Amino acid sequence: MSVLTKSPEAFQPSYGYTFGGELVELPGDIRMHRIYPEGEDTDLSSRTVINIGPSHPAMHGTVRMVVELDGETIVGVDVIPGYLHRGFEKECEAHTYHQAIPYTDRLNYCSPLINNFAWCGTVEKLFGAEVPERCQLIRTYMSELSRITDHLTAMGAGLMELGALTPFLYMVEVRDWMWEHICHVTGARLTQSYGRIGGLARDVTDEWLDRNTEIFEKHLIPKLKQVHALVDHNRIFIDRMRGVGIVSQEDLISYGVTGPCLRAAGVGLDCRTYAPYDAYDRVSFDVPIGKYGDNYDRYFVRMREIEESMKICRQLDPMIRATNGAPIHAEDARMVLPPKKEVYSNIEALMNHFKLIMEGPRPPKGEAYHAVEGANGELGFYLVSDGTGMPYKARCRPPSFVNMGAIHLMLLGSQVADIVPIFGQINMIGGECDR
Amino acid sequence: MSGNETPELSPVLAAVLEGLGDTVLAWHSQHGDDTILIQPADRATVAAYLKDTESLAFDMLMDSTAVDYEDEEPRFEIVDHFFSTKKHHRLRLKCRVPEDKPNAPSLTPLYGSANWMERETYDMYGVVFDDHPDLRRILLYPEFVGYPLRKDYDKLHEQPLFESRYEGVRETDEKLHPRVGVELPIHGTEVPR
Repeated sequence: MSVLTKSPEAFQPSYGYTFGGELVELPGDIRMHRIYPEGEDTDLSSRTVINIGPSHPAMHGTVRMVVELDGETIVGVDVIPGYLHRGFEKECEAHTYHQAIPYTDRLNYCSPLINNFAWCGTVEKLFGAEVPERCQLIRTYMSELSRITDHLTAMGAGLMELGALTPFLYMVEVRDWMWEHICHVTGARLTQSYGRIGGLARDVTDEWLDRNTEIFEKHLIPKLKQVHALVDHNRIFIDRMRGVGIVSQEDLISYGVTGPCLRAAGVGLDCRTYAPYDAYDRVSFDVPIGKYGDNYDRYFVRMREIEESMKICRQLDPMIRATNGAPIHAEDARMVLPPKKEVYSNIEALMNHFKLIMEGPRPPKGEAYHAVEGANGELGFYLVSDGTGMPYKARCRPPSFVNMGAIHLMLLGSQVADIVPIFGQINMIGGECDR
Repeated sequence: MSGNETPELSPVLAAVLEGLGDTVLAWHSQHGDDTILIQPADRATVAAYLKDTESLAFDMLMDSTAVDYEDEEPRFEIVDHFFSTKKHHRLRLKCRVPEDKPNAPSLTPLYGSANWMERETYDMYGVVFDDHPDLRRILLYPEFVGYPLRKDYDKLHEQPLFESRYEGVRETDEKLHPRVGVELPIHGTEVPR
């Protein structure tokens, strides 16, 4: 799969540190995970505590880390998230199910469509409703577009932080072509709010699909080739990535890590294959897995996933064309707005519209958890309905937050310069981590 | 809540009910999500059973949160979602803790992911997890007063100003709200420094 200059095992034992059990308390509400050098003479006097972030470009402006250094080796770390907390769950509980859709855009703002569809899917599960086939196909297609843009952003930014500015420009150019094109359907580049409960905001046309294929062929594929050519065999890149940030499969599973970070360690776990939702049971694709679970594998898994997403889109393309003209909304007056023509000419439709807007769709009492494969791992929503138009409890299971809970395992024993690639490959998105 | 009317048991639920017996107070499979309710004191032992039993193999704690049923007693419901990476099945585990003693055993010895998620539940609801190694606020700051996802926390409520933690080690004894002069609630100050 890739070029190895050294085997990853050659990196790990040289650190020679063992875990200390207790957390170390420091002033300012800091509690550190710490490792100690092997052997009797534990000299802690040469250690330095430094603060990184939250206003640091490599911390993406949203995370603070307090690290303890022995020379340049990280021997203690406390990760402090929460600087982007905006009360997503509290706001959702104070708004109707419809009104919460734009909030989900702002969770993982690199792949808003996946969040939209996950939210809508959870509410539909509460209703016990199904969306029509064309809606499922378009949702799947759009989810994969979102996955591509998310991976392009993550890998572009990750490479830029390592000093490779050219791949960043290539990838962000393609991402912009795609966002611009998604905008033609959704009406917004970034906060797309395209999902609707029981359907979609707008239908797509054949011409739109044509242009999408053209973007794949003319922009995405050539640029991916160029990025691969620039960095895959690059000595500096391999030295920075290979063997850095290795965590065992058992630890990753224990820490609930999902998505590309888990698959890079060789666990082929993907929500789209073991519990297919929407139209994923009608397409065939591979789940790329890594071998060592280091940063290089995380990079490569994401790059391969872009290709697999394109493969899924190519299979869905004729299916969407074949259902042209079919409804994109479920025929369910409990949650789907009536057509505008009916609203203006029919009193029942007008009342239905009014009630849905003012009071919101009212699912029966109950609870539901619905998970989709987000770009960074399992994105789930847990909703409790008390029979009113607003969720009694809205919980987002954020992949970024859970993945970040395991980052101290990757950081301890690494060099201070490794924080940048490790953090970049975890791809923590502040909006989703802190909500 | 009880909802024991489902005639057909899912295989996971059948195995769980057979293995745990009377520990399970209630169960349901609404919308296909297998759910059991237990006593809060049993939370860690049940989780250990779910993790170690070979036919269940719930090796991942996917999500952990709480729900505030303001008018019910016990008030808080801790909700854990388990997932098996080997069998690809799921289970929801719930337990109720009262407001005056919102304590439940922590799952941190079993699952690493419990660390941050239980911290978040503590942060948002004030549910205390016994034997948690690092139970402090995670998304909010240590001086935050109250628990924002409780239903009696007003969405528009403003937080008091506080002195900087980093200007010397001067601790404030001020228990009064700096602007309106009302006494702060006790539970806001119990966060260990």
